[in-house]
Amino acid sequence: MKKGLKKWSLFPLLAAFAIILSGCGEEYISTLRPSGAVGKEQFNLLLLATSIMTLVVIVVSVLYLLTFAKFRRSKLGEDYMPKQVEGSHTLEVIWTVIPIILLLILSVPTILATYKFADVSAMDEVDEEGNPTALTVNVTAKLYWWEFEYPEYGIVTAQELVVPTNEKVYFNLKAADVKHSFWIPAIGGKIDTNVENVNKFYLVFDKESAGLNGGEGVWYGKCAELCGPSHALMDFKVKSLNRQDFDAWVAAMQATEGQTASTDSTDLGEAVFAQNCLGCHAVSAVSPAGAMGPNLTTFGDRNRVAGILEHTKENVEAWIKNPEKYKPGNLMTDMYKELTDEEVSAVADYLMSLSVEK
Amino acid sequence: MSSVAVTKKKGVGAVIWDYLTTVDHKKLAVLYLFSGLLFFAIAGFEALLMRIQLMFPNSDFISAGTFNELLTMHGTTMLFLAATPLLFGFMNMVVPLQIGARDVAFPFLNSLGFWLFFLGATFLHLSFFMGGAPDAGWTSYASLSLYSPGHGIDFYVLGLQISGAGTLISGINFIVTIITMRAPGMTFMRMPLFTWTSLISSTLILFAFPPLTVGLFLMLVDRMFDANFFDHTMGGNTIIWEHLFWIFGHPEVYILVLPAFGLFSEIIPVFARKRLFGYSSMVFATILIGFLGFMVWAHHMFTTGLGATANAIFAVATMAIAVPTGMKVFNWILTIWGGSIKVTVPMIYALGFIPSFVAGGVTGVMQATAPLDYQLHDSYFIVAHFHYVIVGGIVTAIFASFHFYWPLFFNRAMSEKLGYWTFWIFFIGFHLTFFVQHFLGLMGMPRRVFTYMEGQGWDLFNFISSIGAIMMAIGVVLMVLNMLLSIKSEPLNCRDYWGDGRSLEWALKTPIPFYNFKQTPLVRGFDPYWIEKQEGNPEGMTYAEPLGDVHMPNNSILPLIMSIGLFVAAFGALYHPDGESWSVPVMVIGLGITVLAMIVRSVKDDLGYHLHAEEIIEIENELYGKGGNK
Repeated sequence: MKKGLKKWSLFPLLAAFAIILSGCGEEYISTLRPSGAVGKEQFNLLLLATSIMTLVVIVVSVLYLLTFAKFRRSKLGEDYMPKQVEGSHTLEVIWTVIPIILLLILSVPTILATYKFADVSAMDEVDEEGNPTALTVNVTAKLYWWEFEYPEYGIVTAQELVVPTNEKVYFNLKAADVKHSFWIPAIGGKIDTNVENVNKFYLVFDKESAGLNGGEGVWYGKCAELCGPSHALMDFKVKSLNRQDFDAWVAAMQATEGQTASTDSTDLGEAVFAQNCLGCHAVSAVSPAGAMGPNLTTFGDRNRVAGILEHTKENVEAWIKNPEKYKPGNLMTDMYKELTDEEVSAVADYLMSLSVEK
Repeated sequence: MSSVAVTKKKGVGAVIWDYLTTVDHKKLAVLYLFSGLLFFAIAGFEALLMRIQLMFPNSDFISAGTFNELLTMHGTTMLFLAATPLLFGFMNMVVPLQIGARDVAFPFLNSLGFWLFFLGATFLHLSFFMGGAPDAGWTSYASLSLYSPGHGIDFYVLGLQISGAGTLISGINFIVTIITMRAPGMTFMRMPLFTWTSLISSTLILFAFPPLTVGLFLMLVDRMFDANFFDHTMGGNTIIWEHLFWIFGHPEVYILVLPAFGLFSEIIPVFARKRLFGYSSMVFATILIGFLGFMVWAHHMFTTGLGATANAIFAVATMAIAVPTGMKVFNWILTIWGGSIKVTVPMIYALGFIPSFVAGGVTGVMQATAPLDYQLHDSYFIVAHFHYVIVGGIVTAIFASFHFYWPLFFNRAMSEKLGYWTFWIFFIGFHLTFFVQHFLGLMGMPRRVFTYMEGQGWDLFNFISSIGAIMMAIGVVLMVLNMLLSIKSEPLNCRDYWGDGRSLEWALKTPIPFYNFKQTPLVRGFDPYWIEKQEGNPEGMTYAEPLGDVHMPNNSILPLIMSIGLFVAAFGALYHPDGESWSVPVMVIGLGITVLAMIVRSVKDDLGYHLHAEEIIEIENELYGKGGNK
């Protein structure tokens, strides 16, 4: 009997341990392994709040278990008549005042951090030459994809946000169709993209993303507000580079100015793309923001097809043939004529060749 | 209907007619109970389907569109059409008995409230068979709900409008009943806590449902007549919908949880054989929670971008609610302290409730920490949090009360043994399902996703969560089985089934006659039945009046007809934007039926009838044998 009990008592302990260990999640997406000042401060708040709350739970549970163990009728006898107590003013005061103190402890850092995270005054600061001192990215959320515009550099990209490390990156966020919410869990908390107004906030990326997840090299971003059938599939990725690499990336993006696809091209893929796709998808980073479809200038450098599928030529082909199958409710389906297998394959090759990094 | 011999067998048709026309609060309670249970089962099944879909990554058991319909209907149904009617069922059954009344203040309205709720709920559920259910979440945020094609959102708007009217009517009825129908001596500060929480909860309904009604109405004209209240391209604003919805939506949580607190405040003293500790502070805490409940709605919108000052104010206001809630928890524990705890099925639910609800409460405070909520909002953490509150707080109260009040409802008892099985399977399943979801949220999983890709570290916990959901489903099936089996069991024909009843409802012998009290009781203090028992009074109550004629209301089919009229009109309204030629006539006919029934009700005098003292004696002799209710 005793042996059996011992064995069984190990189970919950092991289970608890397993939960705690795996509870941290993956570095590229977990809020429990933050890699930026905002996320770290939020994590610290989480620790503070959790410790206070664990204290409360423990006090209540101990009191409650003690009571339960002590006052069972099976121990006291069927006829035992308890004293009918009305209440106690002293106790009432105690369990009113102590929670108030605990909440005050929590509310001070809460208020401070709320104002701190909302401080985006640096967005408007300029140096002597009139250039903004901080990097701002304009984010537009659209039905199941994300557009990122760098107004300072005059470039646009989509689906994969590229940012420099160790500086505050400011965001202007808006939705083009229905409400979405912009969230990079490992970097910091989210903010909604509303349809009628621009929200502003900032994030800091402490670490270069290159080594993450066995070479995948990106942070995971999510849409956090229900936005239709493909809400679950509205992922984006974030590359954080050191300032030097970032500047090089910006220069390479700027160099794509004027790049376009031609219907007269000898490359079948380019010609088909020009006929069917170019109307919505630009292939130059120096294009106006607000396009119908994601900018594809960096398609070959990306990590996913349509934000979700593995980045292979087969998946590009599958996506072009039937986007509805992979992202129900997307706005690309039926926007172009049916392509032959040969054309699809050629377009896929062409897309995979679009790159600024290689 | 005078001098109905209650025990006489009636034909099926007569029984059905009786329930369709009844204005008796006890029969309406039964109707509320079963319809609430029906919708609870439907919404539970929807949840089960979703958990099966999420059991494994990249699963294709359910399509994306269907999943959104399921999550919308699950939330909407559970809150509006399952928890609300189930709690109304208990309020209807117990409150008049606790305050020593023969019925509610407006029996006719009571019936109208039920039928509006039921037909509104039925209307909403017909969407599944008529072109698709609503799919914009139970919050139905404006930009998405205006974008949503088909009639799903129209079903949501019209169905909730009708059932919401029913809820509002019932809320008003309870306020009036509790204020005006208390027996002599039942002062406010002698009212049992369930009556108190019902009063506050009904007051919250009175103030919280109008914003919802307004919001739904604006949405209705936006979708039907192309008005532009929420269309930002035409100068509308979707954030207004968020405010209107949450000004209703947050108090709604307290509308549900306060009666649940009340139910536990009845159960715990009975099985601890001890007076509720700190009664007056419990009352005060209830009022304070109700008041603060209206001051915190924007904590659902921390990430909307309201600005630092709004977020900071609402963060602190939200934290403040933890104080009165904490007072309640400590009072319950101190009620048990020094008592004599008898473990029964209702009591074990109460014992399971305390730690579960505290866990749900503290995660609420964590989310009140606005900057931290930027991470937690719309992630699985919030899913875990509100299920801990709703399942751990409200559903456990409802399950406990099924067992606790079953003798009053049906003069039968539910099986204790099966009840324990249900409790353990359900309770363990509940913690398995939702505990790990806290971590899923912290690990970056957004809520309302129909699938997730592997390799994000979420596979194991989602699997565990789904196993838990299956256990919860088994628990519910066992409970329904228990209810069905109880029909076969022997009638109890007893008073004070649990042996330690304290308030007036336990002073009555079951089956309770339709007029409840043959003479209005005189209440001599808090816990009146306990006082009478201590003094050895065999009848369980002192009477405030001699045995005499009793005035009772007549049954009426009019509430059902009024509700059917609105139900019919709703179809006309629904198909009107499609340009169907029959839509306007259907609307006119439907509203005509309702108005006609209202005219009949207004013009035709219905003064009720008198039940004579001799008839009462006859009925009591028939129910309880010679000597009546002794």
